[in-house]
Amino acid sequence: MSSDVRFTDFKSDKQPTWCPGCGDFGTMNGMMKALAETGNDPDNTFIVAGIGCSGKIGTYMHSYALHGVHGRALPVGIGVKMANPDLEVMVSGGDGDGYSIGAGHFIHAVRRNVDMSYVVMDNRIYGLTKGQASPTSREDFETSTSPDGPNQPPVNPKALALASGATFIAQSFSSNAQRHAEIVQQAVEHDGFGFVNVYSPCVTFNDVDTYDYFRDAIVDLDETDHDPSDRDQAKDKILESEKEYMGVLYQDEDSVPFEEREGVEGSMAEIPDGAPEGAMDLVREFY
Amino acid sequence: MPEDLNWAIGGEAGDGIDSTGKIFAQALSRAGRHVFTSKDFASRIRGGYTAYKVRTSVDRVESVVDRLDILIALTERTIHENEDELHEGSVIIYDGERSTMQDVEVPGDATALEVPLKRLAEDAGGAIMLNVVALGAACEVTGFPIENLDESLEKRFGDKGEAIVENNKEAARKGQHYVQEEYGEFDYDMETTDEDYVLLNGDEAIGMGAIAAGCRFYAGYPITPATDVMEYMTGRVDQFGGKVVQAEDELSAINMALGAARAGARAMTATSGPGIDLMTETFGLVATSETPLVICDVMRSGPSTGMPTKQEQGDLNMTLYGGHGEIPRFVVAPTTVSECFWKTVEAFNLAEKYQTPVFLVSDLAMAVTEQTFSPETFDMDEVEIDRGKVVDENDIDAWLDEKGRFQAHFAAADGISPRAFPGTTDGAHMTTGLEHDELGRRTEDTDVRIEQVDKRQRKVETAREQEDFDYREFGDPDADTLVISWGSNEGALREGLTLLEEDGYDVRFLSVPYIFPRPDLSEEIEAAEDVIVVECNATGQFADVIEHDVLERVQRINKYNGVRFKADELATEIKQTLDTPAEATQ
Repeated sequence: MSSDVRFTDFKSDKQPTWCPGCGDFGTMNGMMKALAETGNDPDNTFIVAGIGCSGKIGTYMHSYALHGVHGRALPVGIGVKMANPDLEVMVSGGDGDGYSIGAGHFIHAVRRNVDMSYVVMDNRIYGLTKGQASPTSREDFETSTSPDGPNQPPVNPKALALASGATFIAQSFSSNAQRHAEIVQQAVEHDGFGFVNVYSPCVTFNDVDTYDYFRDAIVDLDETDHDPSDRDQAKDKILESEKEYMGVLYQDEDSVPFEEREGVEGSMAEIPDGAPEGAMDLVREFY
Repeated sequence: MPEDLNWAIGGEAGDGIDSTGKIFAQALSRAGRHVFTSKDFASRIRGGYTAYKVRTSVDRVESVVDRLDILIALTERTIHENEDELHEGSVIIYDGERSTMQDVEVPGDATALEVPLKRLAEDAGGAIMLNVVALGAACEVTGFPIENLDESLEKRFGDKGEAIVENNKEAARKGQHYVQEEYGEFDYDMETTDEDYVLLNGDEAIGMGAIAAGCRFYAGYPITPATDVMEYMTGRVDQFGGKVVQAEDELSAINMALGAARAGARAMTATSGPGIDLMTETFGLVATSETPLVICDVMRSGPSTGMPTKQEQGDLNMTLYGGHGEIPRFVVAPTTVSECFWKTVEAFNLAEKYQTPVFLVSDLAMAVTEQTFSPETFDMDEVEIDRGKVVDENDIDAWLDEKGRFQAHFAAADGISPRAFPGTTDGAHMTTGLEHDELGRRTEDTDVRIEQVDKRQRKVETAREQEDFDYREFGDPDADTLVISWGSNEGALREGLTLLEEDGYDVRFLSVPYIFPRPDLSEEIEAAEDVIVVECNATGQFADVIEHDVLERVQRINKYNGVRFKADELATEIKQTLDTPAEATQ
């Protein structure tokens, strides 16, 4: 790990194909800044992404990376971290990826509390399939597959996380570069599963949840007297469905990551040339 | 008195049938007798008929037969369920004092031994030991030295304290003495030997093989009959620096294993048919990301949830063809319990050498069958590890492009790229299920697409050159009748051959553990007059692939660069094909 890592070291030479103005640019920049700030370099970092616009992130960043199948990025990240806890593991996905097809994995990743960060680019729409309702779309949001709106309330991912025993819940806004990078950095530094929902507007298909909307609506928790260590306060803020918050909503400072509780020590990549010493004991057990 | 003895205990699920059967099987194994066990069980926790059967002989036993010599019946139904296997010399042990067993009619000329199992167990310290009373009774009937049963009881109850062990030994003696006093001498004399055997089932052998092969990460979701693999590895792999994670579902399990494998660990997941269905989504990702992964399918009766506790070899096509698109893969199917160990070791080597998914296909019959082996059958010194083309800081330079980027999907002549574990300096690279270039970056370039598809397919050709995908041969090599089988049928077929020989039939039998790539059986098939393929399924899935292998070859025109056929292009291709000798396109 070198000390002179800059965030641009995490940038690949592939030009993003995101639409001009897409919130994902800011989200990614914040992720790169956070990784560099925490002293990581591309060779000890593993980025996992799912499918969709957000899933392209692994291609635009430079690190060890895997771009998987829709909704399954979190299990991949868990496997990477369990097999080598020395790696910095960051998982990124979108609202469809994380809260629809991957919702089951989301709540179980939260309760498993492996030491990694999960950055969700929440634009409240399916972008890459050209504008269908996502699980975080508003109830009356009209799309090609929901002409009268989805007619069901949006998923509240922060509430799902809190109910599942999350140890770190934060929300961020991709356009507020400095705050966003700080929040992701806190998630990376958290000992456990650092979950950040990032408002990352889709300028092409979502004309409701726009930059302007978020700029007006968002309240920075740093400018309130919110105490992130207080779970009840966090619960109240998370359940205020009309409010949009930015900052760390909840953090359990006593969090102990799953792999640590399970006694995983070091990388599993090193194995002996033959069967491990004492392997005949495995046979003798069957006498 | 038969040379081999067939023994069973049956009752309701929850009666401790399994553990009682296992205690007896272990006692036999410790007495130097070979054992082959089988189970009849239903898909429920309590109630319903269940039985544990033990076939034992001083010679190796490889299969079950339709004959029961001694039956411990804890319920009346147990007798009816096994009526066809009882003969005039059979001995049935049951508790005639129990209200449910008072009107038991023993079929045929079988001998009925009414032993007050529950009462004698209570005398020894608790009714719960009634099964052990029955074991003691069985020892007396068979002339089996009860000291061997004692050792087995110590192993089973040792961690519950000495008092429990002593009570159980006492319970066994009460059963033994009761039979001695009430029924006198029996014609059995169970021979023992000085051999020390180990007794294990196919799932345990797979788990043991995985740990021996250096598997350090296992993720799975409980499902019959694959759960024993996970239960075996839990706790044990930790001793070697590994971990088992119970995932939230099979989708998660295979993706966790994939992640661990990308991080450099030897990783595995195991499931059964319905779980394989869910995992199928990720097969292509494993293959195109060129991640070494062992995916074990312990088959059961399908389709859908089918008959979860019954035998079937119905998933062959699923493991051969499952997943959209076309991917290189290996399908290996152990044919015996000991092969479950060795083929698992081989599966890990194949996975890492060729950076592909390897399907390890077992079945319920093998999973629940416990069999005795000499410990040296699993000689750990024979385990070889081949991690393939792993590069580190010292040799990574050779694999960097002109801009210093690691070519994780380098289109090598043998189809096998270098592998850098995360953490390796200068090795950072992207990998994806999208078609990609040598750097792992997404592409839709038609030439790169073809290069990468060809590169991945070349692995199979390289493996065909480097590996020995052979079969095992039994019976008469010159026989006109050729029988071919795969999976757990080998034992029954080998014994069946002996019976056929006695009746004057000469048969050549090939047991094939490699489904893909598989040995070319064309010569063997052509040399035979009759070819019979044996498998536990309705449609003959392996027979289909073998028939396919011996069909006359058709010439092929294939296109896979992502663009549809065009008329002028097709005309040219067809002309070229017609001008090329047929054998050149095979």
